[in-house]
Amino acid sequence: MSDPTTGPTAVLLGAQRFEPTLAAAVSESGVKGRIAVVTAGWQEREDEDDELTKHLDDRTVNLMLYRRGEQLFREDREFARAHKERQAILRSLQDVYRLRLDHALEAEQEVRASKQPESIREEVEQACIDAIRDLDAWHLYQCARVRAEFNEKWQPLMRESIARHRGELIEELSDCGAIAIAGGHVAVLVNRLLLFGLESLLGQRTIFAWSAGAMAVSQRVVLFHDNPPQGRGASEVLDAGLGLVPNVVVFPEPETRLKLDDLPHVHLMARRFAPSKCVALPARSSVIVKDGRVVRSNGAIHLTHAGDTLPS
Amino acid sequence: MTHPRAIDQLIAAWGDASKVKAFLTAHTFPLVEDAHVTFVWMGEAEGVNVRHWVYGLESSTTLARAPNTDIWHLTLEIPGNSRVEYKYEILRNGKGEWIEDPLNPNRARDPFGANSVLQSAGYVSPEWTQSDSTARPGVVERVRVASKVYGHRVVQVYLPARFRRTRRYPLLVVHDGSDYLNYTGMKTVLDNLIHRLEIPELVVAFTDSPDRLREYAADENHASYITNDLLPYMNAKFPLVDEARARCLLGASFGAVASFSTACRFPNVWGRLLLQSGSFAFTDIGRRNRRGPLFDRIVEFVNGWREKPSAMSQRIFVSCGVYESLIYENRSLVPLLDATGMQVRFVEARDGHNWQNWRDRLREGLSWLFPGPLMFVYE
Repeated sequence: MSDPTTGPTAVLLGAQRFEPTLAAAVSESGVKGRIAVVTAGWQEREDEDDELTKHLDDRTVNLMLYRRGEQLFREDREFARAHKERQAILRSLQDVYRLRLDHALEAEQEVRASKQPESIREEVEQACIDAIRDLDAWHLYQCARVRAEFNEKWQPLMRESIARHRGELIEELSDCGAIAIAGGHVAVLVNRLLLFGLESLLGQRTIFAWSAGAMAVSQRVVLFHDNPPQGRGASEVLDAGLGLVPNVVVFPEPETRLKLDDLPHVHLMARRFAPSKCVALPARSSVIVKDGRVVRSNGAIHLTHAGDTLPS
Repeated sequence: MTHPRAIDQLIAAWGDASKVKAFLTAHTFPLVEDAHVTFVWMGEAEGVNVRHWVYGLESSTTLARAPNTDIWHLTLEIPGNSRVEYKYEILRNGKGEWIEDPLNPNRARDPFGANSVLQSAGYVSPEWTQSDSTARPGVVERVRVASKVYGHRVVQVYLPARFRRTRRYPLLVVHDGSDYLNYTGMKTVLDNLIHRLEIPELVVAFTDSPDRLREYAADENHASYITNDLLPYMNAKFPLVDEARARCLLGASFGAVASFSTACRFPNVWGRLLLQSGSFAFTDIGRRNRRGPLFDRIVEFVNGWREKPSAMSQRIFVSCGVYESLIYENRSLVPLLDATGMQVRFVEARDGHNWQNWRDRLREGLSWLFPGPLMFVYE
């Protein structure tokens, strides 16, 4: 993982499908040269990037990380098998974590709804939030451990099959001044970015990322939906992201996914993920992060500890 | 509120055309005031009845004429969040004519025509049933399926937007497919739920029967057609996930019986079932159910299964309206399904045996049977 405090500039954007702002952001940043594009989150539709290419005036080169991954798994069977086993373990960890988390979230909600004496209320509520934070931390630690053991054993970046793709990626990136990481399936996207160790190939190129892309480049990927068709809404940590944007937890598409007017809920999110900032990215919003600090934001919403939301 | 007041205003306004017009413009009909619903018809008649399909209430109830007016009215207590379909029966010259409520534009259409719809306090037509211009539309194409049982059948197949042959899709088979398309707007529902990531992209086979009361009544030929003819055809023509957990049968009324009996006759082939207002008639003693001979084969089949309940699927969603008589049969079935170890979810609604009820339950049913990727996909 690269050092985010001296890393490249990252521009996080709201969803692009209906109100694309990427071209304007690229133009404003003054990026020269071509723009490498990652659409691996679109999976099989990775190459259906005509609109994006047109939006960026044909300056793009698609790194095709999803297709490269599929090709790699076909060519390097031994590695593919090991990778599949690791993914199964990560999924099991996620299931166990989710089970435990459900109870912890329910406990927090029940305690908050119960009438506790003023003298202990703050303390018991904080204890509930701490329990959730401990679970989040446990899950992240377990994911990191599984990944570290896998990397230790298989040395992915040293394998011929991956090294060859990385060589091609270095070549493709050579005349690119920036990289644009689109949304889609966030787990698949993170998987492909990490598989090819893309963060170590970026150098000081500016990163533009939106939706799942913005989640993937952050330190911690949090899955969320406050209004699902089944059950009550929940948010859960998936895994670490690329860590290029530290201390920010990204929540794209808040218009349909977050109940921002539910103050106790916003309050919980802010305290749960502290000291990271919880930043919701509605359409047309943008956040610029430089050397690990938010240097500018436009239209993004910061979920505060007070349980309120403020423009960042 | 102890007494609904709005109808009194209308009666008081009678004789002043402008006041009546203003009242009609300002109100929707029937008049809903908390739990009180007032049916109103205006005109010359010998009598007026409201005919509705609420099991548990008299199916025909008479409206009273307000003295010295042409206003006919009837106030009933209807619980909140209810939908009730009804017509007025206008009696003239000793004959009754059934009409839709001219004051109420809400209609529910079905293969027999249309009914007026009362929506009591709190009921809201789900927004996911309305066309959404941001949802990418799928397509429906017709295919001709050769059948050892029936010769051939035309099936309408829904393919989701951005369908790709390199991806594998779950399969949903819908009985009374044309009716689901026409009367629940199921293509729109699928487009919307897929767009919202609440269900995965699905391939859906909408099947029809020219003789549903026979073929859907727990008929083994039908089960064979669905499993031995239609399923292999769909597998050969479309990229489908070849596992029981990715195959679902859906049906309402007799269509639910057809789904259930097909799954029973071919256990572990259909891993998901969505059964709406199933006509699961049975007897505790004797062989003839009060519903008549059309149900004889169903009674025999359901009695047989009830005697030795066994798991045939993995996950079953059952829904039924509390205003339909079949609520008894459905409530009776659920504990037996549960006891087999299958995952079962049962949902009741304040609604009747009609297509809007079945439409309104689709989101809950489909998203439970086939959870979508909404927690993972951020476009």
